[in-house]
Amino acid sequence: MTRHVVASVGEIPPGGRKLVSVGGRSIGVFNVGGAFYALLNRCPHQGGSLCLGERVGLVLSDEPGVYRYTRPGEMLRCPWHGWEFDIRTGQSWCDPRRTRVRTYPVSVEPGEALVKGPYQAETFPVTVEADYVVLEV
Amino acid sequence: MSEQVLERARESETRLGIVDCDIHPMLRSEKALLPYLSQRWREELTTNGLRTRNPFVASFAVPKATPALSRRDSWPPSGGPPGSDLDFMRAQYLDAYGIETGILQVLIPSGKDQRNPGFGAAVCAALNDWQVAEWTAPEPRLKASIIIPAEDEEASVAEIARCAGRKDFVSIFISARTTEPLGRRRYWPIFAEAERQGMPIGIHTGGSNGIAKTPSGWPSFYFEDHFGDALAMQPLLTSLVLEGVFETFPALKVVMIEGGFGWAPALGWRLDQHWARMRREVPHVKHPPSHYIRRQVWFATQPIEEPAERRDLRTLIDWIGWDRMVFASDYPHWDMDDPRLAFKIALGEAETRAVFRDNARAAYRLA
Ligand code: FES
Repeated sequence: MTRHVVASVGEIPPGGRKLVSVGGRSIGVFNVGGAFYALLNRCPHQGGSLCLGERVGLVLSDEPGVYRYTRPGEMLRCPWHGWEFDIRTGQSWCDPRRTRVRTYPVSVEPGEALVKGPYQAETFPVTVEADYVVLEV
Repeated sequence: MSEQVLERARESETRLGIVDCDIHPMLRSEKALLPYLSQRWREELTTNGLRTRNPFVASFAVPKATPALSRRDSWPPSGGPPGSDLDFMRAQYLDAYGIETGILQVLIPSGKDQRNPGFGAAVCAALNDWQVAEWTAPEPRLKASIIIPAEDEEASVAEIARCAGRKDFVSIFISARTTEPLGRRRYWPIFAEAERQGMPIGIHTGGSNGIAKTPSGWPSFYFEDHFGDALAMQPLLTSLVLEGVFETFPALKVVMIEGGFGWAPALGWRLDQHWARMRREVPHVKHPPSHYIRRQVWFATQPIEEPAERRDLRTLIDWIGWDRMVFASDYPHWDMDDPRLAFKIALGEAETRAVFRDNARAAYRLA
């Protein structure tokens, strides 16, 4: 596992996302209520660019005609066939046991710690004043 | 699916040029049709516009899954709706997947479903000329389907005859929902002409005939409407068999597009069972119905069936015949199938060649 600095914290506000390319892989980094999550940008169903999908809530219902809109912004809908995934876990809502999208550990680190290394961010300027999103791939 | 299966699918895909039987080009806007219409019908389009038996003029009868019914990543950067930009289609689909031949199916606007029959025929002819001028002439990998005003058999035959000699056209398009079951006599001149030209008729899901999409009435949800695509195909195919279309036109080829195929074995079993009991009513049907289906019908793969037990897909195709399945993507629509990943079972070399290329080459008489 190598640690990659992929964004400054301010760049991905809550509800936001950034698509990054790390080690030849396209990965989506998401801010869900201040916490960061990273998912492979490849839907386990048929390979659609999952991380370009809509961020939605989870609509639930206990009986026909009664809806509960829960967890706004925490689900990702594939831009192809609309499968829903939990951004926090990468699990598919309809088939959580068999289907999940690959996730990567993400942490937030102060620039001060990062300038000491080791990390890979050749193209990403790091200053001691800011906090950064660090992805382990 | 194991990585190994994925790898195998990818390898054979890179070696093999794919024939895709269902690609949807789209007008940039209705106005793009104007140069292909006569003055009289230009005026009709600009003053009255398109009018079908749908309850809505500018929308679908039920909301679809996504805007423009399309993959959310298929909107061309040049503006215009998905499927309207040839360069973008090349980059996102034809080049990226190694498509050897892509067969166009124009769904919208529907000439067949226009209330004014003269205008409907003019829209069909305009769409045919538009396909050649803007798609098949600049991009030889693309082939067109002849759009016909199928409710008007005379005009349909004339339009087939007008277009069939051009190498741009490889099939005849009819949307699945006609005003009468498709096997009825009034449609026979179309079958006769298709057989004479040696061109398959591609019957594509869709169309609007003013009748509820399900036999149980108008559904509430797109979920039901979408499932109705498979339902619409079954009585249509039954009608072709029982009215004697396949018996009368034994060289007619029919490709069922976007209606699924999981139902085909059960339909064949049931019709054969009924035939043993009720054959006297339709003595012109000389063979069991499944005989005609196997002899004259091809099934497009999309939307691929996804049974929980993946190997059941093989069982389905074993019944239909590995020589009768033709690959279709439905690009750029939201439910498109990726040629590399749609099949969740490993196909053998011969099966891959047949489904992704050779069956379609033969059915559509591609070079
Ligand atoms: S590719 Fe994502 S839902 Fe099919």
